This record gives sequence, structure tokens and C-alpha cells, in this order.
Amino acid sequence: MFVQILFYAFSAVLIAAALGVILSRNPVHSALALVLAFFTSAALWLLIEVEFLAIVLVLVYVGAVMVLFLFVVMMLDINVEGLRSGFTRYAWLGALTALVVIVQMVSVYWVKGLGIDATQGAPPLPADYSNTRALGEVLYTQYVYPFELAAMLLLVAIVAAIALTMRRRPGLKAQDVAKQVAVRREDRVRIVKDVDAGGTGPGAGGGTGEGGAR
Amino acid sequence: MITLQHMLTLSAVLFSLSVAGIFLNRKNVILLLMCIELMLLAVNFSFVSFSRFLGDLDGQVFVFFVLTVAAAESAIGLAILVVLFRERKSINVEDLDTLKG
Amino acid sequence: MDKTVLLAIPLLPLAAAIVAGLFGRLIGRTAAHVVTIAAVGASFVLSAQVAWQLITGQVPVFDGTVYTWAVSDGIRMDVGFLVDSLSVLMMCVVTFVSLCVHVYTIGYMHDDPGYQRFFSYISLFTFAMLMLVMSNNFLQLFFGWEAVGVVSYLLIGFWYQRPSAIFANLKAFLVNRVGDFGFVLGIAGVVYFTGALDYKSAFAAAPMIAQQTLALSPEWTVSAITLICICLFIGAMGKSAQVPLHVWLPDSMEGPTPISALIHAATMVTAGIFMVARLSPLFEQSEAAMSFVLVVGATTALFMGLLGVVNNDIKRVVAYSTLSQLGYMTVALGVSAYSVAIFHLMTHAFFKALLFLAAGSVIIGMHHEQDMRKMGGLAKVMPITAITCWLGSLAAIGTPFFSGFYSKDFIIEAAHESQRWGATYAYWCVLIGVFVTAVYSFRLIFMTFHGEPRWGQGGAHDDHAHDDHGDGHGGTPHESPWVVTLPLILLAVPAVAIGYLTVQPLLFGGFFGDAIQVLEKNDVVRELASHFHGPASFALEAPLHPPFWLALAGVLVAWFTVLKRPHALDGLAAALAPLRRVLDNKYYFDWFNENVLAAGSRGLGRLFWKAGDQTLIDGALVNGSAGLVGALAGVVRRVQTGYLYTYAFWMVIGLALLLGWFLLRA
Repeated sequence: MFVQILFYAFSAVLIAAALGVILSRNPVHSALALVLAFFTSAALWLLIEVEFLAIVLVLVYVGAVMVLFLFVVMMLDINVEGLRSGFTRYAWLGALTALVVIVQMVSVYWVKGLGIDATQGAPPLPADYSNTRALGEVLYTQYVYPFELAAMLLLVAIVAAIALTMRRRPGLKAQDVAKQVAVRREDRVRIVKDVDAGGTGPGAGGGTGEGGAR
Repeated sequence: MITLQHMLTLSAVLFSLSVAGIFLNRKNVILLLMCIELMLLAVNFSFVSFSRFLGDLDGQVFVFFVLTVAAAESAIGLAILVVLFRERKSINVEDLDTLKG
Repeated sequence: MDKTVLLAIPLLPLAAAIVAGLFGRLIGRTAAHVVTIAAVGASFVLSAQVAWQLITGQVPVFDGTVYTWAVSDGIRMDVGFLVDSLSVLMMCVVTFVSLCVHVYTIGYMHDDPGYQRFFSYISLFTFAMLMLVMSNNFLQLFFGWEAVGVVSYLLIGFWYQRPSAIFANLKAFLVNRVGDFGFVLGIAGVVYFTGALDYKSAFAAAPMIAQQTLALSPEWTVSAITLICICLFIGAMGKSAQVPLHVWLPDSMEGPTPISALIHAATMVTAGIFMVARLSPLFEQSEAAMSFVLVVGATTALFMGLLGVVNNDIKRVVAYSTLSQLGYMTVALGVSAYSVAIFHLMTHAFFKALLFLAAGSVIIGMHHEQDMRKMGGLAKVMPITAITCWLGSLAAIGTPFFSGFYSKDFIIEAAHESQRWGATYAYWCVLIGVFVTAVYSFRLIFMTFHGEPRWGQGGAHDDHAHDDHGDGHGGTPHESPWVVTLPLILLAVPAVAIGYLTVQPLLFGGFFGDAIQVLEKNDVVRELASHFHGPASFALEAPLHPPFWLALAGVLVAWFTVLKRPHALDGLAAALAPLRRVLDNKYYFDWFNENVLAAGSRGLGRLFWKAGDQTLIDGALVNGSAGLVGALAGVVRRVQTGYLYTYAFWMVIGLALLLGWFLLRA
């Protein structure tokens, strides 16, 4: 009973947070509402004993992704009013589609059933069951290659994000090590003959000729 | 007792709210991205529920990967957004009509 | 018979043509005419020698291949010679007239910048014509046929800076294409039935082909031999200028006069006559084709002669005379009197070449004035030309003892004797033609050489024939140099005498032997032989026959209207003005060709261009498909707003639809 009350409470918060995301005027508020949505989701997942993913959701989403969102939202000087104009223009379509989608989704298990008894509670777990361990066992054995692939994907995403956003500002005083290493002697040193050494060089002769003319 | 029905209905509501959000916030790229996150969360809800209620860990593994991809997606999406804003001084979708045929 | 000699006969003029044509600038004018005249002269001497040997029986008829060009699917394409009495006769005539024309050209063209080119062309023509007459197969015949056509084209347009000359040579070329198309079809028909190109197998197969029929369409079947012969004769109609393919010949007078004499009177235009005579074994098999030949020839003989009566251009009068005489030859062919046709071909070659060269001499004397209305009284200043022209005209109208008398009278007799369908029409045509011939021939004589001189009056020359000879204008007419008069005299001799000398052996002495084959039932010449008791008595009997009196009447009419009372018949002329208009417009053949055939073709071409090409292909297919894609794209592009949210909307809506489909699926 207590669990049920918790569920309804969290669900209400979650829906309210989702509404906050889509309706709030300020993107910062939207982001914060999304954070709230993630938190409540994590709580709900804990309720059905999916501990590891609940923790990951909080760590990854709230800790990293949503911070990134907030960072970007706050960094960019966004004209909020321009973005809000015509907000309700497609509202009817959005509402209609949302309605259709929700009816369809719910009717998946109401109408089709799919051979699943959706009214059952979750099967009880043994006392020494560790969700994290079970998941880890599957992930590092059966799904080790997709796991490596996911790691690679994240690496690529990091590189891509840096490559996209990095820019070279003009007038920045920075060392170019490659250029420094590649330099050659001929580029820097110029051997000049000492014109005063002999005194009878062509320059001196020219000088006398000029003097004679004068 | 929380049943699968509860969870799935919640997931559906969440999903349709994010769909509505896409229609409402059609001009704001950041909010579009957030709505997509929300949508993914709804999907993850379904995965987790099925996994838990049907006793199959594969669903949770899948959620793990969805989280990974979603993280990568928002990282790159936001990076693009930053570059876009530098170019256009705007993130209004209505200014982005280069694709128009 | 020695192959080398036979090869030398056509190849010497070819070699000379190459030398004069390619190296003319190098060797100069004198060398150019020396080399070509030497080659053609040698060719004539060799031809005469071969003829002598053949006639006296020293050598047999030569029929052999000298070179095999190609063998394709069993069909041999050879270069071969068939030298029998028919071809040697033609060879001698061709080389002799060609020789005369070569000599004459020295005088006629001596100021012309294209001197060497001209000699090259006429030598080349001699080569082509010899190849034509000496051929023993259809392919070589066709080669010669086309080669003379090409040279004719080149020579009509010899003064290529005159638009009228270019128009005329184009016209000649196009009209000949019509004929050649029929000719090729005829040859193809022969090859279809015999599988060979040589005459011998075609002649051997002629009775077999006569039994065959060809289905032109499922309902329409015709006799194969008739179709083949008519097709071949259409070729002859083009080359020998028979109605309605005659239109090119009067215009071909744009070429230099020696050419008119050589090509458009004496030799090339008779190629069609020669071809039909040569292929007599084929033509004999088809009564219908022969009637066709007969009617076409008779029509040409009379109606083209009438045009000569109203024309005032001296060369064109002679040209219409040529047309008319070619019609006579065709009539002779049509009544199966091949030997008479060839006989008339020969006599005509001499007297018509003579007339043309005389006309050319007059034109030189008149400083390139061709309008007879501006001549008159020239007999006093150009006696040799006048006398030779008289002789030529007397021969042409068939004065007894002159060469034309024998050939023409026998044609009329043959037409009279023949039982063939159309022979009566032909008889009347050629009979009236005698009168017409006499009128235009002596109208020319009287207008040119007699009466009051109409030259020398102010403004006597219009700009009809201006070219670079214009420096002589204003002077009085003068007799031509000896290089011009010598060929006239040389030609006058056979024009007068050759009929008397050769009529007996040629027509009734079995001269042609197997060269001309006539079926027993068609043999009108044998009928004629029964009336013939030697050339002298035949000539003395002339007053007993209508042609003599008709010719005399023609001369008198000409004399009366031109010299005695120039305006006596003005009233009659006014009454006949519509007829005159028809004649002046040459029966509207040119009008028809230009306004119906040419305009029709152009219209059809424009229709295909506009409707087919521009509208259908360019418009509907090329631009249409592009336009369709463009229009479709114009509709579809509205979907592509370029806005991110539109795509997002569509994705979501698509998702909803997919879900709906998933749910509603059974």
C-alpha cells in the first residue's frame, strides 16, 4: 500500500515535471524541470528494484547531461520571446497527436495483450540478489562487444563535440611546436661577406669612380 | 502493488507529453533536445518495466545502451547548437531553412 | 581481243584527267589540253581499230572479266568488258565526239580561268562513259552511270559563281536521283532473280523471270519482268531526260557549250537509250514495259519539240531539240526497233553535237549573247558556222540523203509497222514531230543567220550571260578561230554522210548480231527491210511519204514567219495566247516540281520538324518529362519546408500511423 502511494506520488511529480519541461517559458526552468523528472524517474525505478540503472540515471543524466544542458542554456544569449512566439499555433495538433499516441500505447496491452498478464506485480527477488552484479555479469560476458562499442561511441562523441566547438581565435600567442622543430639552418642564418676586409672590392672602386665624376 | 500496467501507462503518458512538447516548442532547438531526452526516458521506462516484470535482464542492458547513446547524442547535439549559435546568433528553428526545397 | 588495248581505251582518258586535274596548275594550260587530247585521240584510234577488227571478223566478241572487285554471298562484283558491235559503235561515237569537243574547247574556253579543270572533267567524262558502254555487268554499268552523272553535275555547275548554274546542277542532280532510284531498284530486281550481276546470266534468266510475279502488296501482284524493266527504264528516263524527268536538261545549258554538245546532246543523255538497247533481252520479255517506254518516248518527242518553237535562247532551242530526238530514240526502243534507236543515237550524236558546237561558235561570235532575237544575218560574217549549222539542221529535220533522214524515217516507219499498244499514238506523235522539228530548227537558222542583223544596235546585250569574257562587248560578230571551226567541219562530214554509208549494214546487214535480241513477233526491223532497196532509192522515194512534206512545210512555215512576214501570224498568236503561255511555262513542269513536289517535301519536312521533332520529341518527350518531373517536384517540394520541426512532426505522425497499423492489424 505504501509502495502504491509512493508510486502515485512520484508519478504525479513526474508528470508535473514533464509538463514543466514542455510548458515553461524559460529554458532554464525547463532544464531544471527535466532534472526533477529524472530524479523522480530514478525514484520510481528504485521502487521496482532496478537499482543500478536508477543510480546511473541520476549520475549520468542529472550529473552530466543535464549539467551540460544548463551550461549551454545559460551560456547562449537566447531570445526567449522570439522562440515563444506562435507557441500555441500547433498546440491543437500536439494535443491531438499526444492523445492519439497515448490511446494507442495504452491499447497495446489493453487490446492486443501480447500474451502478457500486465496486471501482475513484479516477481519477488531473492534476499541476496544484487541487481548491479546481475547486470554486470550479463554486460561483461554476453554483451561485451556491444559494451566496447558503446565505449567507442562515447569516445567518438567526445572527439566530435570538441572538434565541432573548438575554434582558433586570431591573435592568440601560442607556440607551434611542429614549426619550431621543422626549422632549418638556411631559413635563419644568412652568411654575409665582410665588405671592409679587402678595401679593394668592387664597392670601393665604384666609390672612387663616383668621386671622380663629381 | 505496482503492476506492469501502471508502469506502462506512466511511460505512455510521459511519451505523449514529450510528443506534445515537440509540437509546442517547435522553434527552440534546446527544448526540442530536452523533449527528446524526455522521450527516451519514457522509452527507458518501458524497457525497465518489461525487464523487471518479465524477469529478463536484457531489457536493462538495453537501457544501459540507450543511456550511452543518449549521452553521446546530447553531447554532439549541444555542440552543434553552440556552433550554430556562433554562426547565426540564434537557435530559432525558423532561421534554419537552408534545407528548403 | 587484247585486254590491254581494251583497258587502255577507258584508262587513258582517266590518266589524262588525273594529270590535268591534279597537276593542271603545274603543267600549264597548253600541256593540259595536249595531254587530254592525246589521250582521247589515242582512245579513239584504239576504239576504231577494235571496231575494225570486230567488224571484219578478225577477233570475236569479247566478254570477260578483267578484275574482280569483291565476291559477296556468291555475287561477283567484277570489272569486265563486253565488246561487241553495240559497244564498239558507242565507243567510236563517244571518243570521236569527245575528241572534237576537246579540240573545240581550246577555242571556246581559252580565256577561262578554269581551263585545266575543264579538260580534266571532259576527259574524266570520256572515261566514265566508256566504262558505261563497255561494261559487261550491271554494277559497272551503274558505276559508269553515276560517274557520268557526277561529271555532268560538275560541268553544269562549272561556272560555280553563277547562282543559276548552281541551281541547274542541283536540279540535274536531284532529278537524276529520282531516275537512279528506279534504276537501282531494277538492278536489285535482276539480282534478286538471278543472283548475279553480269548481263549474260541476266539474259539467260530473262524468260524465267518473265514467268515470275512479284507481290507488291497482298492484293496487288505484278509481273516481275515488267516491274524490273519499268524500274530500269525509270533510270533511263532520268538520264535520257524523258517526260517527266526531263526538266533538268534545258537548265543544264547553264554549263559551257562544249559540255552541252558532248554530254547533254551526244553521249551521256543517250546512255539511257544505250542501256535499254543493251538490255533488250530483258525488255523484250515485257510487252507492258515496252508500251510504257513507247508512250513516254512519243510524248517526249512531240511535246518537248513544241517547246523549242517558242524559246528564244539559241542553246535552249537546241536542248529542246535534243529532248525531242531522245524521244524519237525512245519510241524506236518502244517498238523493239533497237537497232534503229542506236542508229538514230549515232546520227543524232553527230548532227546534234554539230548543232551545239555551231551554236557555241555563234555564242563566241556574239560575245556570249545567247538570245536569238538579238542575232540575225550572221551568215555573212560567220560563213563556216552558218554552213555547218545548215548541214546539221538539214540532217536534223530529215532531209533525204542526210544522216538524220534515214534514222528518223525508219523510226516513223517502225512506229507505223508496230502492233504494240500505244504504237498508233506514237506514230502520230513522231509524225507531227517531224513538222515541229523542221519549224524550230529552221526558225533557229533563219533567226540567227539570215534576215536583218539585230546586233550592233545600242544596248544589244543584256546581262544574260555575263562573265569574264565581257571585254569583247561592243565589237561586231566575227568568225571563230580554226580550233572551233575544225571540229564543226569534222562533225559535219558524218552528220551528212554517215546515215547514207551505214544504214544498210547497221540496220539490215545483221551488224548488231547477238548484241541486240528481238523476239520474232516484235521484229519490226525485218518488216522495214522488206521495203528497203538501198539508201539511194530510199531517199529518192522520200516524197512518197508524209514526213518529207511535213518537214518541207515546217521549213516553209519557219521561213514565212521569221523572214517573210514576221508579224503575219500575230493574230493567230494572240488567239493561241493561252497555249503559248503553257508552252512558255514548259507545261508547268517546273512549276509543279517547285510548288508541289519541292514545296510538299519542304512542308512535310517542316511538319515532321515542327510536329514530330519539336512538339513530340523535344516538347513532349524531352522537355515534357523534364517538365513533369519539375511539376511533380514543385508539388512535392512544398513538403520540404526545410524546417526541422516539420520533419519532426512527420516523424511523430508517421509513428502514430505505424502504431495504428500495428494495432488494427488482425
